[in-house]
Amino acid sequence: MIEFISQPWPWYFSGFMIAVIMVILLFWGKSFGFSSNLRTICSLAGAGKKVKFFDFDWKAQKWNLMFLLGSIMGGYIAANFLSNPSDLALSAATINDLSEFGISFNGGLNPDELFSANALTEPKTWLILLIGGLLVGFGTRYAGGCTSGHAISGLSNLQLPSLVAVIGFFIGGLTMTHFILPYIL
Amino acid sequence: MKLIKYILAGLLFGIILVKSEAVSWFRIQEMFRFQSFHMYGIIGTAVILGALGVFLIKKFKVKDSDGHRIVFHDKDKQYKKYIIGGTIFGLGWALTGACPGPMFVNLGYGYLAMGIVIFGSLVGTFLYGLLRHKLPH
Repeated sequence: MIEFISQPWPWYFSGFMIAVIMVILLFWGKSFGFSSNLRTICSLAGAGKKVKFFDFDWKAQKWNLMFLLGSIMGGYIAANFLSNPSDLALSAATINDLSEFGISFNGGLNPDELFSANALTEPKTWLILLIGGLLVGFGTRYAGGCTSGHAISGLSNLQLPSLVAVIGFFIGGLTMTHFILPYIL
Repeated sequence: MKLIKYILAGLLFGIILVKSEAVSWFRIQEMFRFQSFHMYGIIGTAVILGALGVFLIKKFKVKDSDGHRIVFHDKDKQYKKYIIGGTIFGLGWALTGACPGPMFVNLGYGYLAMGIVIFGSLVGTFLYGLLRHKLPH
């Protein structure tokens, strides 16, 4: 069983399981949307005293914070008990493209050039991670949701606004990937 | 104690995102380079099955675990915020390889550098709250 789970999951099973998570949350009377947690954490940190946007009843979001806590634990469990010994099956074309601007494929989930302890000795890495996070946080709240809230929950409910947001995700993602990333890394 | 089930759901979500490799910076690059079907397959399957689930819930007026009818709220039609906000989000997604869920899953996985991305995303969220009245929506 563990051996079976430890294999990388095929896309159709992964997609099925994500839909299962969404439906479970609906059945519990909640709506699947992860980025709301970022706003809740700002409120918990006291941002509501200064900015009205963060002055809301965050207690109604407690369940989502628990979901966040669980997701960290899930990452830990997957890494330590369900890890798969073989390299990630990244396409050769991607490996080749990335190598052209100095990102080497290490077989893992994330590149050493951005996420290893060694990379963090470079101030540039900090700047990239910080600005990247800033764009995600700012953009997701501006658009009113992230991949879970718009791409999964919103599209499943056939919401045109969510489709527009997802188109935005791709305009931004394609711009970064093809016109910015190769020149800043 | 009612909250424990949400921790379990989150835990399952974290495992799904790792085993599907959707938390991988490399996979996100592959997606934005259209070099594999993998990520499209995951999101596409989730949306098609999710839409089927939502359709059935509406059609059979399914109730939640507390006995309330499950209701869906339409998103408001301020399209500027979706396209501008979405684009800003996309820039960050391709740069860090992580949207909000995967940031935290990666942290649990052991990628501690993701803590910097999370901190940045909290600052970004705060800045949006601060500036939202000056932004087009």
